[in-house]
Amino acid sequence: MKKIKIVVIGNGMVGYKFCEKLLSKAKADQFELIVFGEEIRPAYDRVHLSAFFDGKTAEDLSMAGVEWYVNNGIKLHLGDPVQQIDRTKKTIHSYRGITESYDYIVLATGSAAFVPSIPGVEKDGVFVYRTIEDLEMIRDYAPKARKGAVIGGGLLGLEAAKAMLDLGITDTHVIEFAPRLMPRQIDEAGSKLLQGKLETLGLTILTNTNTLEIAGDKAITKMKFANDTSIDVDMLVISAGIKPRDEIAKLCGLEVGQRGGIVVNDQMQTTDPFIFAVGECALYKGMIYGLIAPGYEMAEVVAANLTGGKKEFLGFDMSTKLKLIGVDVASFGDPFVPANEARVIVYEDTNKGIYKRVNISKDGKELLGGILIGDAEQYNMLLQTCKNKIVLPANPEDLILGSRGGESEGGAGVTGLPDDAMICSCESVSKGDICSAVVDGAETVDKIKACTKAGTGCGGCMPMVKDLMVHTMKANGKLVRNVVCEHFAYSRQEIYDLTKMGKLQSYDEVLTAHGKGDGCEVCKPVVASILASLWNDMILKKGNDVVQDSNDRFLANIQKGGTYSVVPRVAGGEITPDKLIALGQVAKEFNLYTKITGGQRIDLFGAHVSDLPAIWKLLIDAGFESGHAYGKALRTVKSCVGSTWCRFGLHDSVSFAIEIEERYRGLRAPHKLKSGVSGCIRECAEAQSKDFGIIATEKGWNLYVCGNGGSKPQHAHLIATDIDSATLIKYLDRFLMFYIKTADPLTRTATWLNKMEGGIDYLKNVILNDSLGIAADLEKEMQSLVDAYKCEWKEVVDNPELQKRFNHFVNAPTEKDPTIQFVEMRDQKKVADWK
Amino acid sequence: MSELKSTKVNWFFACAVEDVPENGGVCVKHGDDQIALFNFTRRGEWYATQNMCPHRQQMAISRGMIGSVEDEPKVACPFHKKTFSLKDGSCLSGDDYQLKTYPVKVEDGKVYIDVK
Ligand SMILES: Cc1cc2nc3c(=O)[nH]c(=O)nc-3n(C[C@H](O)[C@H](O)[C@H](O)COP(=O)(O)OP(=O)(O)OC[C@H]3O[C@@H](n4cnc5c(N)ncnc54)[C@H](O)[C@@H]3O)c2cc1C
Ligand code: SF4
Ligand code: SF4
Ligand code: FES
Repeated sequence: MKKIKIVVIGNGMVGYKFCEKLLSKAKADQFELIVFGEEIRPAYDRVHLSAFFDGKTAEDLSMAGVEWYVNNGIKLHLGDPVQQIDRTKKTIHSYRGITESYDYIVLATGSAAFVPSIPGVEKDGVFVYRTIEDLEMIRDYAPKARKGAVIGGGLLGLEAAKAMLDLGITDTHVIEFAPRLMPRQIDEAGSKLLQGKLETLGLTILTNTNTLEIAGDKAITKMKFANDTSIDVDMLVISAGIKPRDEIAKLCGLEVGQRGGIVVNDQMQTTDPFIFAVGECALYKGMIYGLIAPGYEMAEVVAANLTGGKKEFLGFDMSTKLKLIGVDVASFGDPFVPANEARVIVYEDTNKGIYKRVNISKDGKELLGGILIGDAEQYNMLLQTCKNKIVLPANPEDLILGSRGGESEGGAGVTGLPDDAMICSCESVSKGDICSAVVDGAETVDKIKACTKAGTGCGGCMPMVKDLMVHTMKANGKLVRNVVCEHFAYSRQEIYDLTKMGKLQSYDEVLTAHGKGDGCEVCKPVVASILASLWNDMILKKGNDVVQDSNDRFLANIQKGGTYSVVPRVAGGEITPDKLIALGQVAKEFNLYTKITGGQRIDLFGAHVSDLPAIWKLLIDAGFESGHAYGKALRTVKSCVGSTWCRFGLHDSVSFAIEIEERYRGLRAPHKLKSGVSGCIRECAEAQSKDFGIIATEKGWNLYVCGNGGSKPQHAHLIATDIDSATLIKYLDRFLMFYIKTADPLTRTATWLNKMEGGIDYLKNVILNDSLGIAADLEKEMQSLVDAYKCEWKEVVDNPELQKRFNHFVNAPTEKDPTIQFVEMRDQKKVADWK
Repeated sequence: MSELKSTKVNWFFACAVEDVPENGGVCVKHGDDQIALFNFTRRGEWYATQNMCPHRQQMAISRGMIGSVEDEPKVACPFHKKTFSLKDGSCLSGDDYQLKTYPVKVEDGKVYIDVK
């Protein structure tokens, strides 16, 4: 049989998806596929284009490498646009001179950025936002620019504005012709709220503004508007809409729309039945679908029909959810139903920046559509309720408010959806598909992604996929919750909240109230740490001593051989000669090995457990206090010498490090905390590898969070610049308390952030903009912990009862463990090796 | 006190009840041996095992945290968190280790270990 020859013109997301779908449906040798792409790279994920500025490379974004095309027998011509189609001879001609015959053509030419004809658009510093090349040029130009602007306040414009902020152009204007932002997706009240939120993030927004001229010599320097105003600008991104790439279709006589777009029927056929058009270049019933999911559906329709199936394109839902500069924005169904045709419920909290609207049919049975801004957690559920016409609960307002008082959540949750409910519309994956994948063993989100493709398009369905996974696993009797251990059916955060609400003071109280069994080495330290974080009581208080990790129980670090090490606090690494001498004397008296730690303090090793109280008595008399090296707690705030001695120093980093270390000393957390303060950008204290790091600037301090050294080094993220000391401490209070309250056990801040939905933008919003409305509480809680601080070792030294616990033998208190053996090395002792 | 002299058992006086922390352990010296003694208040039970962890020969079991898995009482060595049944001393973390266990009894506020 002769192969059917298909030429695909355009290798964007939809063109690629068409190839993939055709291959999966066709028999081997049924088709010959030839693809022409104008761009120099094979198709990449344009939807996540902006991730390019977050460090993703072109390869990361690629849908499939060149080898994929080779392996599947597809002939791929990149950097070679098709220039002409000869419909009578059934051939095409490319820019590089290739002529190919065809049986069918699939046009997947996408669209280009629409650039209005404003005088000056050709100047240097004016860009569009569509391809990786555009972004490379923007990235390269940005360092020269200080004042940015974006024309277009729609979805893409705001994304471009975020990119500008990320590139360090903090003075950025968004210029919108319409009276408000995102007029196509959200209503007026929503626009207003969104605008307010974006303004607090530093964008300047000009609505009702028509650009008349882009001025400047060679490069842009100014923009002039119709209302006789102007602004200084040295970099501009135009994002005023899209223009379908219909030029070759037009040239060969296919019908195109008045405002662009290749006219197609229900089978995606153009006016020539041998030529199809899919994706952003196709005009279906007068409409261009500028989203990826409908494009994929069009590809599906053509692939199905070419392989003998029957499928029609039936239009597509334009629901979207996105995170714009850390603000959730979603609209679904028909967001604009006028109030006289529907019951409209609106919830607005201008303080927190939340706006929600749902439109409900007059009989109260059906959800018609809605808008969510600031908090789109319910988006997927609402979208499904709307699409599947699920009967609404008696109080439809519960849909957006969450039910208050009752145990059931608003609506029936994912379990209430029919099996054929489309969960991932990009890849047409239904609830049934996902559930059966889970039953077949795909028990992580990544596995589900790999075997069903759900969530590999826009990714908006991921929370729901996760919910479905959890439900399915539960229904099959599998334990999936992020629970601490068999004794508690709760996560650390839940135990934290329960303990706090119940004012529970001891491990046993918590276990009796919320757990079962007798506890274990996993949940005991978790609860112990929660109790310490909540009440900051002496951790060796009766009943709580035995649930501490061994190190906390003896307030020292257990080392090889069963001896302990002692690390007194040396805040900021600053120590007087007298204190150094005292340390030396103690070490000599008790025959301890001494070493300087990575955190600028001195570690004394090899102490018998029964000597610990006596050692600490001497240390405390010499003015030392516990260094909490044994605890999941603040360790050190490392500092460089700063402006007091260093010729580069901008501020006194040592004094500030001491202030910070003393503020948070003894603070119990899910894991240890390290910090650093550098006196200038040379960063001698390595602050950017710490859980929180501080670097002096000309005007104040820069604050970095969630860095890590250790086994998985990670750079800390800059969250605030040029702030004064008081503001910095306020942010730190919030950050640390938020971490303490929400992190899983034994999770360092870096890992905590990596797992956080919304990532650093979300965290920044919580800390800087108080997006959860909890900042005041966090500060208050931290202050009470700071006020409750006491040195644990001082309490032991003052309390003979507590000291008793430090004997090795209960029935021979003066005897030491005779099995402990030391050997000599470099004039000190070391412990004998493991056997 | 007559039963203490029975041939089968050899009750050794370890310490007073209040010397052992509730839900915690202490180390008892018996000649050259070290015995870990646990006061499992939550279950109203006492247990004793050898103090040396068989994993890296560390004298540490008495400083371990006790708890349960399903209904089996256990102790976790503080060094590498290997866990052992308090009832029969078997290793619950899947290794081939065994702790020696000892019977314990409490009389008049005093704790005795059968050291045979
Ligand atoms: C920054 C950005 C963010 C976006 N965010 C979202 C989002 O969150 N959700 C969403 O659903 N959608 C989003 N979109 C839209 C989405 O990317 C598009 O809907 C999708 O890429 C359209 O795919 P396509 O294959 O039809 O077109 P394209 O991806 O534009 O691909 C068409 C390709 O054809 C090439 N071509 C054109 N003419 C020829 C020719 N004559 N010969 C050969 N090749 C040719 C082009 O160079 C291009 O590479 C976003 C778009 C951008 C730019
Ligand atoms: S970070 Fe700057 S101020 Fe601190 S020691 Fe280094 S050069 Fe000096
Ligand atoms: S790096 Fe490893 S060996 Fe060195 S102190 Fe840390 S845990 Fe011990
Ligand atoms: S020494 Fe006990 S677990 Fe390793």
